[in-house]
Amino acid sequence: MSTSETTTEDHEDHEHPSDQKYMQIALLLAVITAAEVATYFVHIGAALIPTLMVMMVVKFFIVAAWFMHLRFDSKMFTRFFVAGIVLAVSVYFIFLTVFEFWTKG
Amino acid sequence: MSEETTTGLSHNKLAMWVFLGSECLLFGALISTYLLYRNKFYDGPAPGDIFDIPFTSVSSFVLLMSSLTMVLALSALQKGDIRNNRLWLLTTALLGAVFIGGQVYEFTTFIREGLGYTTSPFSSAFFTLTGFHGVHVSLGIVMLMSLLISSYRGKLTEKNTETVEIIGLYWHFVDVVWIIIFTVIYLVPNPTS
Repeated sequence: MSTSETTTEDHEDHEHPSDQKYMQIALLLAVITAAEVATYFVHIGAALIPTLMVMMVVKFFIVAAWFMHLRFDSKMFTRFFVAGIVLAVSVYFIFLTVFEFWTKG
Repeated sequence: MSEETTTGLSHNKLAMWVFLGSECLLFGALISTYLLYRNKFYDGPAPGDIFDIPFTSVSSFVLLMSSLTMVLALSALQKGDIRNNRLWLLTTALLGAVFIGGQVYEFTTFIREGLGYTTSPFSSAFFTLTGFHGVHVSLGIVMLMSLLISSYRGKLTEKNTETVEIIGLYWHFVDVVWIIIFTVIYLVPNPTS
C-alpha cells in the first residue's frame, strides 16, 4: 500500500490532551484505586470479585486510551495491542480450563 | 513525522506496539501459572497470611501516578519545554524507584517470614510473576535515565518527541500490567492456612 492510499484513520498526526485533562484522568484513576482498596476493608459479599474485575478493566482501558494515546492514535496500533490481549486471554482461558481452575480453583 | 513509511505510521512506534502485544502473552502465562498454584502453599505461609494490602496499595498508587508524570514529560517536550521535560522524566524515574524499593522491602519481609523462592509452588509462582514485573520497571527506569542523560547532552529536543513517546508506551504498559496484578493477585480474596 502506498502512502497515498492510507486512510485518514491510519495517520498518526493528532492532538494530545491538555495537561489539565491528564490530571483529571489521574484523579479518576486514583478514585477507582481507592474504591478497589476499600473493598479489602468493607465486605460486599458475592459482588466483590465482579466489582474488582470491572474496576480493573476500567482502569486498564483508561490508561491505554488516554495515557497511551490509543484514543487519538492510529487504529492500527490498537489492532496490534488488542490482538495480543485477545490471544493471551483466549490461550490462558483454555489453559486454566484444561487444568480445571474454574471448577477446582 | 521524520520518515516516510508505507503505512504512514512510524515503524518504531508500530514495533513497540507489536512488542507490547507479545508481552501480553508473557504476563498472561505468569498470571495464569500463579492462579493455578496460589492454593499450593503446603507448610509454608499462605498468600492470605502474608500479603500486606495497605502497603501494596501505596506502591500501586505510586506506580499509577508515575504514568501521569510520564505523559506530562511527553507533553512538556512537545511544547518545547525542556526544563519541565527533565523534571517529569526524573520524577517518573524516582516514582519507579520508590515502587522497586517497596518491592525489595516486600520480598525481604516475606523471606524473613519463611516464604523463600522454593518454599512452595505458590511462592515460586508469586516471586516469578512479581519479579518479572519488577525487572520490567527497572528496565523502564534505565530507559528514563538514558533519556535524561540525552537531554542534558542536548540530544533530546522537540524533534525527538517520538523517542519519549515510545519509552512512555513501555512505561504505561508496565503500569497496566500492575493494575491487573494488584487486583488478581492481591485484592481478590486469597487462601489462608
